[in-house]
Amino acid sequence: MEHIVIIGNGISGVTAARHIRKLSDKKITIVSAETDYFFSRTALMYVYMGHMKFENTQPYENWFWKKNNIELKKGFVKTVETKSKTLHFANGDTLGYDKLIIATGSKPNKFGWPGQDLDGVMGMYHKQDLENLEKYAPNNKVCKRAVIVGGGLIGIELAEMLHSRHIPVTFLVRENSFWNGVLPEGESAMINREIIDNGIDLRLGVNLKEIKADENGKVKSVIIPETGEEIACDVVGLTAGVSPNIDFIKDSEIETGRGVKVNRFLETNIPDVYAIGDCAEQHEGIDQRRPIEAVWYTGRMMGETVAQTICGNRIQYKPGHWFNSAKFVDIEYQTYGWVWAQTKENESRFYWEHESGKKCIHLNYDKNTREFIGINTFGIRMRHEFFNKILTKKRTVDYVLEHLADANFDPEFYKLHESDIVSKFNKENNTNIQLKKKSWKRIFA
Amino acid sequence: MKAIKQIGLVIFLIGLTIFTGTLFTGSFSLTESELDSFVDSKGYKSEIIKEELRNAIVTTEDLNIFQFSSRVRNAYQASNNYYDGLIAKYDAEKNWDKKGEQYQYRISGKLHTVSYEIAKKAGSGFVKENAGLIWWLTFGLAILGALLFILPNFILLGNKGIKNNGIYLEASTNRGWIAWLVLVYLVAFYLLLYFAADYVVNWTYILDPISEFLNGGPASQWFVYGFLYCVIMLVMATRMYIKYRHNKYQVIRTTSVLFFQIVFAFLIPEIMTSLNMPGYDFKNAFPLDYDFFFDWNLDNLRDNGAIGLFILVWGIVLTLVIVPVMVYFFGKRWYCSWVCGCGGLAETLGDPYRQHSNKSLNAWKLERWLIHSVLIFSLVMTLVTLYCYFSGAEAFLGIKSHWIKDTYSFLIGSWFAGVIGTGFYPIFGNRVWCRFGCPLAAYLGLVQRFKSRFRITTNGGQCISCGNCSTYCEQGIDVRAYAQKGENIVRASCVGCGICSAVCPRGVLKLENGPEDGRINPTEILLGNDVDLMDLVNQK
Repeated sequence: MEHIVIIGNGISGVTAARHIRKLSDKKITIVSAETDYFFSRTALMYVYMGHMKFENTQPYENWFWKKNNIELKKGFVKTVETKSKTLHFANGDTLGYDKLIIATGSKPNKFGWPGQDLDGVMGMYHKQDLENLEKYAPNNKVCKRAVIVGGGLIGIELAEMLHSRHIPVTFLVRENSFWNGVLPEGESAMINREIIDNGIDLRLGVNLKEIKADENGKVKSVIIPETGEEIACDVVGLTAGVSPNIDFIKDSEIETGRGVKVNRFLETNIPDVYAIGDCAEQHEGIDQRRPIEAVWYTGRMMGETVAQTICGNRIQYKPGHWFNSAKFVDIEYQTYGWVWAQTKENESRFYWEHESGKKCIHLNYDKNTREFIGINTFGIRMRHEFFNKILTKKRTVDYVLEHLADANFDPEFYKLHESDIVSKFNKENNTNIQLKKKSWKRIFA
Repeated sequence: MKAIKQIGLVIFLIGLTIFTGTLFTGSFSLTESELDSFVDSKGYKSEIIKEELRNAIVTTEDLNIFQFSSRVRNAYQASNNYYDGLIAKYDAEKNWDKKGEQYQYRISGKLHTVSYEIAKKAGSGFVKENAGLIWWLTFGLAILGALLFILPNFILLGNKGIKNNGIYLEASTNRGWIAWLVLVYLVAFYLLLYFAADYVVNWTYILDPISEFLNGGPASQWFVYGFLYCVIMLVMATRMYIKYRHNKYQVIRTTSVLFFQIVFAFLIPEIMTSLNMPGYDFKNAFPLDYDFFFDWNLDNLRDNGAIGLFILVWGIVLTLVIVPVMVYFFGKRWYCSWVCGCGGLAETLGDPYRQHSNKSLNAWKLERWLIHSVLIFSLVMTLVTLYCYFSGAEAFLGIKSHWIKDTYSFLIGSWFAGVIGTGFYPIFGNRVWCRFGCPLAAYLGLVQRFKSRFRITTNGGQCISCGNCSTYCEQGIDVRAYAQKGENIVRASCVGCGICSAVCPRGVLKLENGPEDGRINPTEILLGNDVDLMDLVNQK
């Protein structure tokens, strides 16, 4: 029986295992050094915040793996020997495979800052980071201030986490506005306000020079180069992005760039070795996606796809239309299609913001053909299927606005802003778009 | 703000302590004439009960309720023992005529119930004589304290939004010692209320003035329970309003359960009673209202002319027509989390404990066995009762009507719905009864699962499997298991509280009433992945 070994028990590896099991009775082993069972990494923050217990982050009960005949092995893979198809573990164990799926995810970036390995300095990625945070920042008596370096999604999540335990937070963001490499100005400004509104000390346009230690080798303060200011703190969170977690294959024959190089079939240069999820790097980005996509659902999709290939239905990884979501403290964010931080030459934009300053939508469309390109929506939930269909059928922005009521996914009784949005668009563009009533027929068409 | 909270907590605890303390106060005894009129009114045939009671409670001694209750029960026991002795004696002598005669002298009924009846007349003391003042010291202080504890959250919780911070870090909401204390108090409360009401007779004195104002009579233990229920729901609803003020569905839903509890379950029946009608809760549908078809209720309705007939017809139409039709259009939520009193308490008092429902597959299996068994139990009981009522027989299918009614009332009505259903909130979550026991929920669930427009729509591929939805599902549904597969949630047990949708950080879940087509949508590959592949896999 063919033995499929998957390194990594995150969403990619586990999805691959589940789908291989659905399609075949191959022997499956999942290897992880982090935890015994699959958990949702995105939910780690809620454990610290007290919304959930760690067990609640595990999507499957512990009997699930045995019942589905998926073997779990805890261990740290040190090297991969592709000639003999063998994994060597840090403790000296070995494990043979017929097909290998590398799904080892990411690790937090560290840019060689002085003091980056001191006690009390941590990323927010692994379960061990959570344990570390619990140790160094259990409350605002032990941790009188925390400094977070790096203004991305994990940074703001860590800020929210610490804030939930009333720990003062200084948030150092290199850019001039939060996440403005991804978010256009309006949205980015909205999130700046949300961060400040929560009492978080947001510092825009600043870097980290060094982290200073006290006499016990524990973090004492950080220094900001721009101002020379020294900020006393007990915890430093390094959240300046992530990169593929592939050190253990650097010495193997598997081709790597920043990540494990794969083709559209998620195959590496070595036969029977595949890579999926955050650690996989496409030779070229698909559509306008990046070559490495550290997103939950792309990991899942790669798992679904590679399972087909391994089970004899060789199939290309073809992620559909781009979408994503996040939550910035209390503001939910969804995006469908592309809304770049900077408007491209062929694009036209429409931005609407609610008077509360906590909701907005941003439409991107082709200024000549009026084809809809994408939408950012903050504080308003939208229907994924609606926009997926719009993008597939290449509908115009006018069509989208006309049918905005079909798109809304807010809970019942929420105040709807569609007519507001449409009338603003009409005014700015001299159009006469009439909002249609929500129709189940169209939604399910 | 935090200081106000602390002060509020102290005031609340003082109110609660005084409330509990009143149980130990007062002096209980009857005068000769009171005893005479009581015994006459009961029409006892026993020749010795009056004497026994006279020796026991016509006294100048200062008896508290516990001593009093014990003496009353002993008196009845003594009377019954006497006749049991005679029965045994004549039995031994094979004197069947004499033996048969003795049975009429035995007094049936629960001893604590009759003890309550006498105690209600026999009490005197500070509480009874100063009901108004005591009301303020108990209800008044507890309400004030609770509000002082709750209202500062408006500021302390920060901006509008989901604020579940610390729920799993605190002893009150993480099954810590506070939770266990609350459990003990609630369980004790229900045990007294259901099985030893005489011990809480002092509480009824506190509410006598309000009861007399509303229905013209003194307060019973059920009036105390109803009043307390409304007060608790009101106070805890303010907590809901603050916590979920960003979520209009929750705000409206909370208002709805409050309205139905206070107006339908409490005020209307009281007012009907004051107008000499049978007090009836028009929203309480059979089989949750399990004694609707009991003989005493049917007799009562028959004796009440037009209004009685109306209630009878309404009760039947409610269960057979209104309930299923509404479930078809809106899901069982219209009842369970918008109207029902049990649901109302669960969604207000129980909200802090909703995360404790068990999400395991085994719990789901247990749930299906239990709840459907209770449904069948209630239907068999009703069938037996009705058959016996109309035929005059004592039993049907070998089941004694009296026995099955008593058994159901005891096991399901008292233990399951009350002691376990509410008492265990802090440990097993707030919907234990609704999930595992309520026969009406079982019935609504069957309709919802097989013939309804209601579903929780999963928003394509947006789910990140975080598990907030499953954690906060009070019905123990593993919502995430569906959401992460891109499947809509169509489950018999879903009461549509809407919290899964509220706590979802990615906008994945929406409660909707839509066309039945496509309501249940099993998927292999989620939306977002290559379309051809999806078609390939999903359509096979």
